[in-house]
Amino acid sequence: MSHKHAGSLHAADAEMAINNARDVYTRRQEGVSLWVVESKYITASNPEESESLFDPAEDKIYRHPTFYDLPDELEYI
Amino acid sequence: MTEITSLEERFQAKIDADQRIEPRDWMPEKYRKTLIRQISQHAHSEIVGMLPEGNWITRAPSLRRKLGLIAKVQDEAGHGLYLYSAAETLGVERDELIDQLHIGKAKYSSIFNYPTLTWADIGAIGWLVDGAAIMNQVPLCRCSYGPYARAMVRVCKEESFHQRQGYEIMLTLCEGSPAQKAMAQDALNRWWWPALMMFGPNDAESTHSAQSMAWKIKRFSNDELRQRFVDMTKPQADYLGITIPDPDLKWDEEKQKHDFGEIDWDEFWKVVKGHGPCNKERLAARVKAHEEGQWVRDAAVAYANKKVNKISNNSQVA
Repeated sequence: MSHKHAGSLHAADAEMAINNARDVYTRRQEGVSLWVVESKYITASNPEESESLFDPAEDKIYRHPTFYDLPDELEYI
Repeated sequence: MTEITSLEERFQAKIDADQRIEPRDWMPEKYRKTLIRQISQHAHSEIVGMLPEGNWITRAPSLRRKLGLIAKVQDEAGHGLYLYSAAETLGVERDELIDQLHIGKAKYSSIFNYPTLTWADIGAIGWLVDGAAIMNQVPLCRCSYGPYARAMVRVCKEESFHQRQGYEIMLTLCEGSPAQKAMAQDALNRWWWPALMMFGPNDAESTHSAQSMAWKIKRFSNDELRQRFVDMTKPQADYLGITIPDPDLKWDEEKQKHDFGEIDWDEFWKVVKGHGPCNKERLAARVKAHEEGQWVRDAAVAYANKKVNKISNNSQVA
């Protein structure tokens, strides 16, 4: 299940962080599962480097299945 | 010096290109300070805003109304928390921001310094105060500072429920007995002008506006947003069959917008400077809640520490 960053909060411990996250970020069924981690343990990429990190994937279309030409009559592939 | 200039030029170029500024990006100190001031004031407003409405939770006229109002007040607490978190990404501690509120150094929206005298006030607040807040906040979803903009997306989604629950209360009262309709009219009479004041001083008097526009923290001027609010709200009042308390309010066919009367700016500044009907009461209630909650925070930290010690003791034994 992929998790998405919902936001930050304060809590004395992990258990309280889960409880607070439930109250603050899932009041309208936004979630079915929660993860919490202390922010000091997060290392994030620098937004300034986004281009050099992520743009190189753009022209590597051969990593996608549709790059490969196969006859239409072929099934289950 | 040239280095700062080029950093500042790059920063402004990014803003001009409608790119978001993120916490780790370089930003001018004034941009950071402006945002801390604005976001924390906004957070304080959400938290103090719980007080006038909380006043009616125990006296809501039905279970349906009570559930809606509790959910709304809980949302305001959530909004305050999203916004304090956004402010913290700018390198300020939440405790510091809350202290500034409690010593009267930080401001919050003046609208919450008016009392909620009748149940109809809960309707008028949802309709007008949340309506004005939405008008102010929707453009903030495109604010140049990423964490603030993202917090506002969540806030705006939730606010529309607030406005509709308020209007529904007004509608029910206006379709009720003459006494109930009079109660709705009285609430509109008292909340109309304070709601217009929520957009701040006239553009000519607004001290922070020009820079905030250049930084795309602000997207529309105070007067533009106020005009839109009047144009949007007048037909809604007509539908309720109650009258906006402004003899100068009328449709201008040529300009395709409403003309309206002058705000009592003396009252505006009086309330901003701390002399509104409830300024002292609101602040005292916040300080009291904070102080009386101290033992809960202390206990939570003591419990967390105890658990950590237990784990490390056990691992030593093992």
